Amino acid sequence: MTTQASTTAYPSGAGGGEPLLSVRDLTVTFGRGGRAFTAVDHVSFDVQPGQTVGLVGESGCGKSVTSLAIMQLLPSRGNTVSGTVSFAGEDLLSLSDAQMRDRRGRDLAMIFQDPLSSLNPVVPLGTQVAEVLQRHKGMKNAPAQKRAAELLDKVGIPDPTRRLKEYPHQLSGGMRQRALIAMALACEPRLLIADEPTTALDVTIQAQILALLKELVQDSGTALIMITHDLGVVAGLCDEVNVLYGGRIVERAGRHDLFARPRHPYTGGLLASIPRLTEERGRRLTPVPGSVADNIPWDHGCAFAPRCASEIGVCRERTPELVPDRPELGADRLLRCHNPLESNPLDDAPTTEESGA
Amino acid sequence: MTTSTPTQPTADQALPDEDVLLDVRGLKVHFPIKKGVLIDRTVGHVYAVDGMDLQIRRGETYGLVGESGCGKSTFGRAVLQLEEPTEGEVLFDGTDLASLRGEALRRQRRHMQMVFQDPLGSLDPRQTVEQLLLEGMRAHGLADDAKAARARLSALLDAVGLPKNALSKYPHEFSGGQRQRVGIARALSVDPKLIVADEPVSALDVSVQAQVVNLLEDLQEEFGLTYLVIAHDLAVVRHISDRIGVMYLGALVEEADADDLYTSPLHPYTRALLSAVPVPDPTVEDTREQILLAGDLPSPANPPSGCRFHTRCPWRQATRCDTERPQLRVVDLPGTPAGHRVACHWAEQIASGELRPHDVDMELTDQTLTAGPVDTTLGAKGLTDTLP
Ligand SMILES: Nc1ncnc2c1ncn2[C@@H]1O[C@H](COP(=O)(O)OP(=O)(O)OP(=O)(O)O)[C@@H](O)[C@H]1O
Ligand SMILES: Nc1ncnc2c1ncn2[C@@H]1O[C@H](COP(=O)(O)OP(=O)(O)OP(=O)(O)O)[C@@H](O)[C@H]1O
Ligand code: SF4
Ligand SMILES: [Mg+2]
Ligand SMILES: [Mg+2]
Repeated sequence: MTTQASTTAYPSGAGGGEPLLSVRDLTVTFGRGGRAFTAVDHVSFDVQPGQTVGLVGESGCGKSVTSLAIMQLLPSRGNTVSGTVSFAGEDLLSLSDAQMRDRRGRDLAMIFQDPLSSLNPVVPLGTQVAEVLQRHKGMKNAPAQKRAAELLDKVGIPDPTRRLKEYPHQLSGGMRQRALIAMALACEPRLLIADEPTTALDVTIQAQILALLKELVQDSGTALIMITHDLGVVAGLCDEVNVLYGGRIVERAGRHDLFARPRHPYTGGLLASIPRLTEERGRRLTPVPGSVADNIPWDHGCAFAPRCASEIGVCRERTPELVPDRPELGADRLLRCHNPLESNPLDDAPTTEESGA
Repeated sequence: MTTSTPTQPTADQALPDEDVLLDVRGLKVHFPIKKGVLIDRTVGHVYAVDGMDLQIRRGETYGLVGESGCGKSTFGRAVLQLEEPTEGEVLFDGTDLASLRGEALRRQRRHMQMVFQDPLGSLDPRQTVEQLLLEGMRAHGLADDAKAARARLSALLDAVGLPKNALSKYPHEFSGGQRQRVGIARALSVDPKLIVADEPVSALDVSVQAQVVNLLEDLQEEFGLTYLVIAHDLAVVRHISDRIGVMYLGALVEEADADDLYTSPLHPYTRALLSAVPVPDPTVEDTREQILLAGDLPSPANPPSGCRFHTRCPWRQATRCDTERPQLRVVDLPGTPAGHRVACHWAEQIASGELRPHDVDMELTDQTLTAGPVDTTLGAKGLTDTLP
């Protein structure tokens, strides 16, 4: 888990092994003409087998739309998707609906924040898991049921044989999320996308689910895209982290590097705004001022500029590109900022006394 | 409930009287579970709050944490008399609220206001901010003088950091963080002593969350407010609270000063809870030891006997744990302040390391469902629709 990410750096495209998933310039626009809104804007990243890549950022930054576009689960109307999503060498965006349906569940699987919405409420759990096995693995009913019980057991659901007969509403939130993970694992997918899988759960249950996901990545080499707004979850789980702001990646780094030396003012601002259990009490939180409503469009400069303490003249004149940060930091560390942070804002955060509050 | 012994106020918990603004004793809120289409039969109870004792001092922030469904919100509502207590008393500023009726209760309510998690859901969408704020002020006679009222409105906006033009706007025209500021302004508008904030920042993005946390702290200082903050984010709670109570299935299992609780948690549940919080620091994440709890929170309609945590407790012992409900008590450990109380039979032996954690039998944690289709996340709120 602690190994540094050796992902192919964008935009070079060269480096370590063949990525399993390679996303290039993924762009999703809702609406048309003057009303058009670009939710995901030229997002590029790679995922290697067995690697966990994080997408973090605040509400509305485009995390879910990115994952839905990869899975081709966006509504069929009202949006335009461009770019490429190659999975094991094949461009998913050029597949037909039927071909894609076959890939989903077999090669790629996704789990959501709200497991209830992705489970059928009127079909017993066992039937739902078994159906996946029958459809994608061609298993007969009896062996599929047996395998389903094994899967539920594997994800830590007690008394799985009885559980197979139960309906989703009879399970607690944590159990439902486990059941969904069991379904996602049914066909041993090579890539799993988890969109805020623990956000609706209590911390003790969250810890169980995160441990399960970690084990999965370690034991089966599944590649994992972890979508979350919780920097704590990222710190423990992701090899490489992409920070999104206003639909664009603004910073990419290995997790140790990102937390030790945030370079984008937004990343630094996020880290300084959260209280943490391990620090001395009494630090005055330093919020990122304003809200995303203050953003300027990316084509006029840096969208974050109106909220940024490091803003300089050029920030509202020229759009910063996502480029390798500094040579000594390695080619995997990317940054989109005209005036990056030189020190970790947490190192010189004001205490309550100093700020005179 | 035959297994629960009535909670008596214990002598060692008494704070000096003049310091205490809110004094809750033996509070219980049980919701009947109804069944039947034509005739409503009560087939059981949800023991949402089942023996809560706590005192909040003037000017302090008391943080209440615990898993979803453990009864935090019900407790907060019962304190404000928005939920009728089944048993127990709530003394506010020395007055027993249950003894108040009508006008007297209404007048007392002014001093206790609530801030909710979902500001949009708790604000009338057809009222402008000005109307929202004036409504409460009028009800309590604080808007009789139009000029003074106007001055008060603008002072309120100032205090919560909203622009002047916010007065003529409707709730949906604001961002989440601004709406929470409106909710706070409304609570403040009647000049309360106590604010019960139920998950005030959970719905907000982290950067905005910090703005609201800072605001709550500033307002407390400025107006000498007392807070009861209910939240599930332990880092936020620790940040803003002076004292913290940890709830499990309707009752406190531990209570201590914020620093004591985090540096030396004594209850097995508190230990597990703290060890489960992800820390935004990879170095800490790589090395820390987690106590993973098995299973889910049991149903409050069918709470385990004895210690309510015994079905999931890694330190559970063969005696006492499943038969005798532990009371909140001061432990006999050197260096533990009297304000640090815990409801565990074995707290001393666990703290000294004499008792070690062990594996938990998963079947034991699973009694939620053997007892019937009670859902711990939907809770009993979903019960009536799911029962056949
Ligand atoms: N079907 C849709 N039609 C129009 N706009 C949409 C649609 N789905 C998403 N959006 C917009 O796209 C942007 C990105 O949304 P997305 O759901 O990816 O955010 P997110 O990062 O997942 O946020 P959250 O943390 O709240 O889940 C948002 O501004 C959202 O309002
Ligand atoms: N009006 C009601 N009728 C019946 N049961 C109720 C009612 N209100 C709450 N409950 C039940 O009481 C229990 C405690 O609920 P409460 O909302 O107080 O929990 P909580 O700790 O605030 O949880 P959360 O963190 O999810 O907000 C739950 O099982 C809930 O379903
Ligand atoms: S009383 Fe027993 S079951 Fe309860 S917390 Fe203590 S050791 Fe665990
Ligand atoms: Mg999302
Ligand atoms: Mg609640």
